[in-house]
Formats: sequence, structure tokens, C-alpha cells
Amino acid sequence: MTLPPLDTAHMLAGGLVLVSFMMLYQDRLSALINLLALHALVLSLAVAWQAWIQDAPELIITAVTALGFKAIAIPLALQRMIKRLGIHREIEPVVGISATMLAGIGLVALALVVMLRTTASAAPLAREDIALALSVILLGMLIMVTRRNAVSQVAGFMSLENGLVLAATGAQGMPLVVEISVAFSILIAFIVIGIFLFRIRERFDTVEVQALDQFRGDRR
Amino acid sequence: MTALAPIAMQSLLATPALAAALLAALPGYRAAARLNVAASLLSLLAALLLLGARPAPSPLFLVDDLNIVFLVLNSFVGLTTSVFSASYIGHELETGHLTRTHLRFYHAIYQVMMFGMNLALIANSIGLMWVGVELATLSTVVMVGIYRTHAAIEAAWKYFILGSVGIALALFGTILVYLAARPVLGAGVPAMEWTLLVRRSGALEPALLNVAFVFLLLGYGTKVGLVPLHAWLPDAHAEGPTPISAVLSGLLLNVALYALLRFKILLAGNQGTVDPGVLMAALGLLSVLFAALMLYRRRDIKRLFAYSSIEHMGIIVFAFGMGGPLANFAGLLQMTLHSLTKSAIFFSVGHTAQVKGTQRIAEIGGLTASHPLLGWSLVAGVAAIAGLPPFGIFMSEFLIVSTSFARGPFLAAALALGLLVAFGALLTRLASVAFGEPRGPVGPVKASYLPSFAHLGLVLGAGIYLPPPLVAWFQHVAALLG
Repeated sequence: MTLPPLDTAHMLAGGLVLVSFMMLYQDRLSALINLLALHALVLSLAVAWQAWIQDAPELIITAVTALGFKAIAIPLALQRMIKRLGIHREIEPVVGISATMLAGIGLVALALVVMLRTTASAAPLAREDIALALSVILLGMLIMVTRRNAVSQVAGFMSLENGLVLAATGAQGMPLVVEISVAFSILIAFIVIGIFLFRIRERFDTVEVQALDQFRGDRR
Repeated sequence: MTALAPIAMQSLLATPALAAALLAALPGYRAAARLNVAASLLSLLAALLLLGARPAPSPLFLVDDLNIVFLVLNSFVGLTTSVFSASYIGHELETGHLTRTHLRFYHAIYQVMMFGMNLALIANSIGLMWVGVELATLSTVVMVGIYRTHAAIEAAWKYFILGSVGIALALFGTILVYLAARPVLGAGVPAMEWTLLVRRSGALEPALLNVAFVFLLLGYGTKVGLVPLHAWLPDAHAEGPTPISAVLSGLLLNVALYALLRFKILLAGNQGTVDPGVLMAALGLLSVLFAALMLYRRRDIKRLFAYSSIEHMGIIVFAFGMGGPLANFAGLLQMTLHSLTKSAIFFSVGHTAQVKGTQRIAEIGGLTASHPLLGWSLVAGVAAIAGLPPFGIFMSEFLIVSTSFARGPFLAAALALGLLVAFGALLTRLASVAFGEPRGPVGPVKASYLPSFAHLGLVLGAGIYLPPPLVAWFQHVAALLG
């Protein structure tokens, strides 16, 4: 791991983990969305770097999608949405910030221990990349479970998906990477924003998922 | 015949894709419903053709003895459900639950879902298989939310969140399998080709395969409805349109299970890995016991049968987890019969809920007196799913319990306990719904009984006489599963 390209790849992947941590303790929606944009920006840099060192020009498409779509378009749309709904107020985390941070550290440690041990035979670059990518995925899940707000759950899902794209690009030469990353972006655009948030808003004038939880078929 | 095989395989994908595009553009709902049936029939014919002659495997697609079982079953239930759906949606339109625009959307998505499932089943590349399972899942998410009620949106949101976590875990597992295969098979498409992976599975890094399987089990297991990850399943079944409940229980759960089985075979070829069967058997047993207890507290009739699906998927995963020719054979049989029976039950339940205007068990009663055909087909379905002889599920459950007694008496005892508990719950509920004084509206019902009778007839037939070619076929597949 003394080669310069590896160092840069690690730095970018590590940066992604760092931004995930920042998202974890963010308690305001608009700040969370800004961080999401930063997350996607770091991802697009990481993917572009992989395209360069792997000599895989098709990965540039993934990098550009991440930049244009996930770092600019979606965050802008989300910001407009929360402004229109007037929900700049604080997010209400289910667990306390410190407990969440500790859990996050634990998850990252777990990811590193598991992945570094089991990938001993894989190429050195892929090894660290996949371990850091798993950390991002687990942190994304943690964001999703510690928030009850639909917008922050979407933010958690997007950061999780960034982790997947990082893992897929790190596994050199994997087929379908570009297709999967583009499909994910389309999925986020259509399903999440188009259908769910608008329906939720139209019905309840709120995007608090907790408001949805009052209903259960069995308790009717 | 052999010359037709590649065309048949392509039409398994092309038919639903074309039909989805046409249905999205077609305004009249009656014509759309007919086209939906016609497209499903074509898919079934293609699947039946493949039964006789198979194309050579390509890097992307594969038809072998394992997935042909799933393909035929899938397209058969897809066809009968489309027939049921044609009579179901007319009523939804009359009562104003769905508008014409919704129906256009509904039919198009139905074929998108069939496309996704067919893609997952005939994919040779594990990446493509993932894409297929996810496409099918996401299209059902949209369908679950189609009524746009409070409850439907909550159900769809929950399904989406849990489903996407499942998506992520399964993709990560797939990436890990690729990482393990890359040093052996070289970078690119070959390292994702299942046929090559299996051939060289002994040379793959065992530790990496172990971790990959855990991710795949959790990811695809979410879609199978295994217990710690099942929370989306009852809501999705209860709040979506009933044809979708039938397809979810009858088909989508099987497709996810199929993906798991492929990876189980992969791990079985490697000496250094843990036995994936132990994990599967444990999760399966947990699902059976949990779902059996949960059956008692259900007040919503579709939710009741959703928990019964969790229970049955548990039994099937347990059987495949135990492994061996006999348990695998019983698992395959159980899977086939469960798909047929559960979708038949949902056909009856769908019409019942329409005529009664409610899904609450307390408000439905005396169905056999007020609507004899509907009532008795529900009774037959529940009797079959609870495992009463002469229906086929009795035989497959008996086989599963008796083969596991020899290898793990305590496991078998726990499984038998779960089956009995579920049996009690289902029959108590059935008694209140089907017999006694009729409760709720008793108006006439416009139902098509053909799909439900066809399914129940097959299940009954399987219980009385299994044709030797079928037995030989399933035994061969069971041997493949290891």
C-alpha cells in the first residue's frame, strides 16, 4: 500500500466514512441534506479516481451521475421540498446522539475487522475499499433506523447506496456497475421523491413517518 | 423443438416487456385485462416449451433443471392470477377504489413484475439475477401503495425501507462473491457466471464466501419473509390489491428463495465454508414458530394468511436447510403446493372482502351459507394450507417432519409443534368466517372460480396421486440441491 494511487483511493473512501459520521449526528434537516450533497461529491471523486487507476472509462458515467444527480439535483429538490413544507425544525432522533455515535464507531470497527480478515487473498486496493464501503453501508442503515423522518430516511438510503457504488467500483472489472448505479439514481428520483413524499404530504401534510405509525391493521 | 428453445427463452422476457409497454398505452380496462391474460398465457406456453427443450447456457442466461420448476410454476400462477384479477378489478372500478388511470398503471406494472421475476429466474449472471429480484420487488412496492389510503401508504413505505435494506445487503453479498471469484475466473462477466462459479467453487476463497452468504441470506431472506426481517410482509399483503397479495405469496417469495438456493449450491461445492443449511434451518424454524403464534392474534383476514405465508416459507427454508434428497424433495413439493394453495386462498379472500366490504374477520361470517361456492372454496383452501389430508400439503409436511426426525429429533419436534399451533389457529379462524350465522352483506358476488378451482384441484390431485414423471423430475432437482 505504498503506491500513490492506493493512498488517494483510501483517502477518498475514508472521507466518505467521515461524511457518513457527520450525517449521523446532524440534527437539522437542511444541514443533513447539505452533507448528503457532500457525500455524493466525495463519492463521485472516488469513482472518478477508480476510473483513472483502473483505466475503466465507463466508470466516468457513474461518477458524472453521482455528481450531477446525487450531489446537485436531488439535494436541491429535497431542500425545496422541506422549505415548502416548513420542516426546517430539528429532527427527532430515536436514540441519543452519543449512543448513535458509539454504535456507529462499533459498526465501522466490525466492518473493518470482518472484511480485512476475510479478504486476505484479494487485491490490496479492493480489500480496504470494500471494508470502508461496508462501513458506509452500515452507517447508512444506522441513519435510517435512528430517524423517524421520511426525508432523513431517504438521506440515509442514499448514503447507503453510495456505499454500494463504492464497493462495486472497488471490485475491479465488475460487470453491470454503471447500469446499477444509474438504475439506483432513477429509482431514487421516481419512487422516493415522485411517489412517496408527495403522497405522504398530500394525505397528512407532514412527512413525519411517526404520524404514519398510529395506524395498524390489527388495531383498527 | 430444439430450434424453438432459444425463442421460447427470449419470449419469457420479451412477452412481459412488450405487454407492459402496450398496457401502459391502452386506455380501456377490459381490453387491458384481456391483454394481461393473453400475455401471461404466452409466458406459460414459453415456459412449457422450455420443459421439453432447453437452449445452451449463455454467459447471461441459463435454463436448467432447477429453474424450470420455478419458471413453470411462476407462469402458471401468473396466468391464473391475471384471470382472477380481471374479475377483481371490475369491482374495484365500480366501487371507486381505483380509477381508470390507476388500472392502466396497474396492468403495466403487473407485467413489469412478471418480467422481473422471469429475468431473475433465467439469469445465469448473479448480477442480473439481483437486478431481476429487485425489479420485481420494487414494482410490487408501487402496487402495494396503489389504493393511496393511510394504511396502504404506511405499508408501502415500510416495504420500501425494509426492501431497500434487503436490496443493499444482497448486492453487497453479490459483490463479495464476485471478489472471491475474480482471482480464479478473471475480471469481468465470467466471474459472475453461475455455471462457471459452481464448476470452480472449490477454488474460491472460503472465508469470503462465508461472509458473502451471510449478506445474501439476510438480503434475499428479507424478501423470503424470514422472521427477523419479515415486518413488511403482513402489511404489504393486507393493504395492496388482492391479486398482488396472491402474487407476492405465491411467486415473489419463491423467486427470492430460488436466489438463495443458487448460492447454497455454490457454497456446498466448497470444502472450507460453513454449512449454509444450518443457518437456513435455524431461520426457517424460527419463522415457523413465530408465525404460528402470531396467527392467533390476527383480526384482518389478509393479514392472517400473510402470517401463514411466513410460516410456510419457514417450513420450506427449513426443509432446504436440512438438505438431503428426501428433505429437498419435500421442500420442493411443499413450495409448489404452497404457491398454488395460497394464491387460491387469496382469490377467495379477495372476492369475500369485496362482497363484505371489509377485511375484518369479526365482520365476516357464515360464508358457506350466504355464498356457497366462495365459502367452500375458502374452506378447501384453508384445509389444504393447514395440512389436512387428502390435500398434498399434508404429504409434504409429513415428509419434512419425518425425515428430520431421523437427523434432528428436537428440531423436528419443534417444527411439528409449530405446525400444530398454526393448524389450530387457522381452523378456529376458518370456523368463524365460513360457518354459523351469515354476518355482513350477503349480496351476489361476481367472481371467477376457475383459477381457484384449478389450483385446489391440482393440490388435491397431488395429495392423492403424484405422477411418476413428476416424482422423477423433483427427485432429480432435489439431488441437484445437495
